[in-house]
Amino acid sequence: MHDKSVAQLIAGLRAKQFTSVELSRCFLDRIAALDPGYNSFITVDETAVLAAAAAADERIAAGEAATLTGIPIAHKDIFCTNGIRTSCGSRMLDNFVPPYDATLIDKFNREGAVILGKTNMDEFAMGSSSESSYYGPVRNPWDSSLVPGGSSGGSAAAVAALLAPAATGTDTGGSIRQPAAFCGITGIKPTYGRVSRLGMVAFASSLDQAGPMAHSAEDCALLLNSMAGYDPLDSTSSELPAEDYTARLGDSLQGLRIGLPKEYFGEGLQAGTARRIEQALKEFEAQGATLVEVSLPHSHLTIPTYYVIAPAEASTNLSRFDGVRYGHRCSDPIDLHDLYTRTREEGFGAEVKRRILIGTYALSAGYYDAYYKKAQQVRRLIKQDFTACFEQVDVIAGPTTPGPAFALGAKSDDPVAMYLEDIYTLAVNLAGLPGMSIPAGFVDGKPVGLQLIGRHFGESQLLNVAHRYQLATDWHLQRPAGAIGGAA
Amino acid sequence: MQWETVIGLEVHLQLATRSKIFSGSATTFGAEPNTQASAVDLAMPGMLPVLNALAVRYAVMFGLGIGADIGRRSVFDRKNYFYPDLPKGYQISQFEAPIVGRGSFEIQLEDGTTRAIGITRAHLEEDAGKSLHEDFHGQTGIDLNRAGTPLLEIVSEPDLRSAAEAVAYLKALHSLVTYLGISDGNMAEGSMRCDINISLRPPGSDTLGTRAEIKNVNSFRFVEKAIRHEFERQAEILEDGGKIVQETRLYDADLDETRPMRSKEVANDYRYFPEPDLLPVVIDEAYIESVRADLPELPTEKRHRFVEQYGLGHYDANVLADSRELAAYFEAVVAACGDAKIAANWVQVELLGQLNRGELSLNDCPVSAPALGGLIKRILDNSISGKIAKQVFEAMWQGAGSADEIIAARGLQQVSDTGELEGMVDAVIAANANQVAQYLAADEDRRKKLVGFFVGQVMKLSKGQANPQMVNDLLAKKLV
Repeated sequence: MHDKSVAQLIAGLRAKQFTSVELSRCFLDRIAALDPGYNSFITVDETAVLAAAAAADERIAAGEAATLTGIPIAHKDIFCTNGIRTSCGSRMLDNFVPPYDATLIDKFNREGAVILGKTNMDEFAMGSSSESSYYGPVRNPWDSSLVPGGSSGGSAAAVAALLAPAATGTDTGGSIRQPAAFCGITGIKPTYGRVSRLGMVAFASSLDQAGPMAHSAEDCALLLNSMAGYDPLDSTSSELPAEDYTARLGDSLQGLRIGLPKEYFGEGLQAGTARRIEQALKEFEAQGATLVEVSLPHSHLTIPTYYVIAPAEASTNLSRFDGVRYGHRCSDPIDLHDLYTRTREEGFGAEVKRRILIGTYALSAGYYDAYYKKAQQVRRLIKQDFTACFEQVDVIAGPTTPGPAFALGAKSDDPVAMYLEDIYTLAVNLAGLPGMSIPAGFVDGKPVGLQLIGRHFGESQLLNVAHRYQLATDWHLQRPAGAIGGAA
Repeated sequence: MQWETVIGLEVHLQLATRSKIFSGSATTFGAEPNTQASAVDLAMPGMLPVLNALAVRYAVMFGLGIGADIGRRSVFDRKNYFYPDLPKGYQISQFEAPIVGRGSFEIQLEDGTTRAIGITRAHLEEDAGKSLHEDFHGQTGIDLNRAGTPLLEIVSEPDLRSAAEAVAYLKALHSLVTYLGISDGNMAEGSMRCDINISLRPPGSDTLGTRAEIKNVNSFRFVEKAIRHEFERQAEILEDGGKIVQETRLYDADLDETRPMRSKEVANDYRYFPEPDLLPVVIDEAYIESVRADLPELPTEKRHRFVEQYGLGHYDANVLADSRELAAYFEAVVAACGDAKIAANWVQVELLGQLNRGELSLNDCPVSAPALGGLIKRILDNSISGKIAKQVFEAMWQGAGSADEIIAARGLQQVSDTGELEGMVDAVIAANANQVAQYLAADEDRRKKLVGFFVGQVMKLSKGQANPQMVNDLLAKKLV
């Protein structure tokens, strides 16, 4: 049952082919057996998993099941879970057990879904390789010498290795899409404001967005149905009613206009990846879509803009980790200054410190206008680029990343090379648009991701386009060799 | 040497909302430490602020109360600094786009003149918690009950020229905000805290001197003392040829001095930037009009109306319009008795006198406005004299009943029966033959003085209850 889609598992539970306890047990066993090789989970509470599964089985037996009742879901360790440690991949929160659930967790709990565990991630979601975690790096199930991408690398690896049928992630600059691409799974970052941020540890508030990661667009749609919606406790969440994201999955692509930003196919894109993307685009054409070259003229400003705004917001979002109320506190501080400096010196890793420094600098008196304010102005231009494109096309398509997964350690000492990984994904966050990554083949056995970008609140259309592609292809059904073995 | 003092005030006003500005926690004063601090107030990971709509409404009420421009699109910003009683490591405030823009309002000075004082801006922000340095054996306790209490920071122009003006400004501000009902104005509980910017310059100069800022002064009296002290300190430096250092100082009420705050306590780069967790506050005309429609009559308007409608002097109007409750009480007394001038006198002298002696607030007053009006009515219809009325009022204060009940029970009704009075007048004339002879021999001027003796005797005989006017009339008739 570990290789079934969420849709199949729902059907199996309903048909009493297996129970949620059996299903959860299966994944727990697989995690115990296989995850030492991937390190995709930080915390798995077996007792709580089985208790939740048993409760779900009762609910199913009583005929009161909701869509996801009994489905085990792995959650990125950035979502606060009542009574379960929420570390955000950081020593700073190694001892932090929230007394509350994130809205997203609460919604899954109400559905009767089972929290399978908390997945590994780049510390405070800052990274593109899941190597910066306090709990050690995550390994790519397709080749354990490769990174799984990041920051939601634990969620991506867990799904790819069939340790969880589906997972949640967060995406501030590509952190759902890039690991989905590297691990050969499907992930969607919804429109900013579509999923509540309450209880999600903040990285960059104006960019952060949670979304599902699974094997298929259909599974993502099923999860998104439970996640999306207005939350009065998140002022930036949208009051626009959420949709049934499965409703339009089967719509025809006849007449669909797909924009190909020329900036996403130029220098920097690796040849193998380019070929896979071009091949995927042919499939859309075959289904009646037309391909239109478009331009996002401010693309070259995306990385500098993002790396001012995101660290600026992060630098102040992370100020609350001061050793006073919760989380890590240095031992025997001699005074307040010592408490702050040693707590933060010990609690944060190198990449987090780097971004706090960059952000603090960008917001400082005398630099604010040149950096933060200017970046916000460019952000508006980047948004306008997309608005202009969407006057010509319905969705935008291109590569998720310049190339497939790279080797562990290959970019750890070169932050700029690491930042370039996100060159095609960052703009989507800056513009607040929905974006997704779907498997589109392999280069030397490494998965390639196709990125689809939609209009604001155009999740249904994106999922429809992805689903139609997945009906015609089987890239999303490929499994890494290591995942096929092990406990079934 | 002569110096002109230039003062601008920043007042932090706690708004009287029941819950905090960005969370649902209660704002009640004096609760056990940290019992009114939610996950949001504690800045737990993932927690987000949600703006309290009533705090916005109160800020707009204030803006309309001082005739200010209301920010149609005001923006919250983060003000970043580390301190243990600031859980997020930043305070959510408003920097570039405040909710209330430029306005002004009128203050009354002791000599009866009025001045318009400019308000530069007022913005919404959250209060910090409290650091408790005592009782923790060298450690510091943190109480976050106050963290997130809504504040309106009201910044004045440097329009004030003396300690007395500064105090008059604060009193007028206090009166305005309590009229509006947007703050309890309780200074002892920190509902109104004040930072003072003060500089000196030669009279007639139109450039500003270097200023010092005195932080967190929280009573009218301390404001006055801090300004006087700071004036002397700066004048002494300037007269010795020195220069004022622009710095933040602390007023120590125990030592009655200001001293510089330690440099550690003064952060210099707050790295303000727009708060990404909150949307801009957009206020439209319809909202402003709905707030305006609900505004009460404000102190200045009320003062002017009291002068025009009731013919009161400026001083009386000022005292009576000082608080909304007192003004309402006064108007209820007028409504009951029909004479504003006597009502004004009774409220200011007898009522406020009793309240002050008993250290009572108007809410605790044992004599209702209609009851006081009932007493004044008895003066007006000559049932009792003013002197007897004071006795009756005293009895009413003690809870002896209404004016009429007390007058009846104690037989204090003024004697206005001609026959009865005539008998008393005759008796006094008969018993004081010498004085009668003197009176009759005297000229007109002296008679006016001497007649008082006879009136006094009749009053004595009547135990104060004789109608003085009628006694006068009878004496004039009989002493011939």
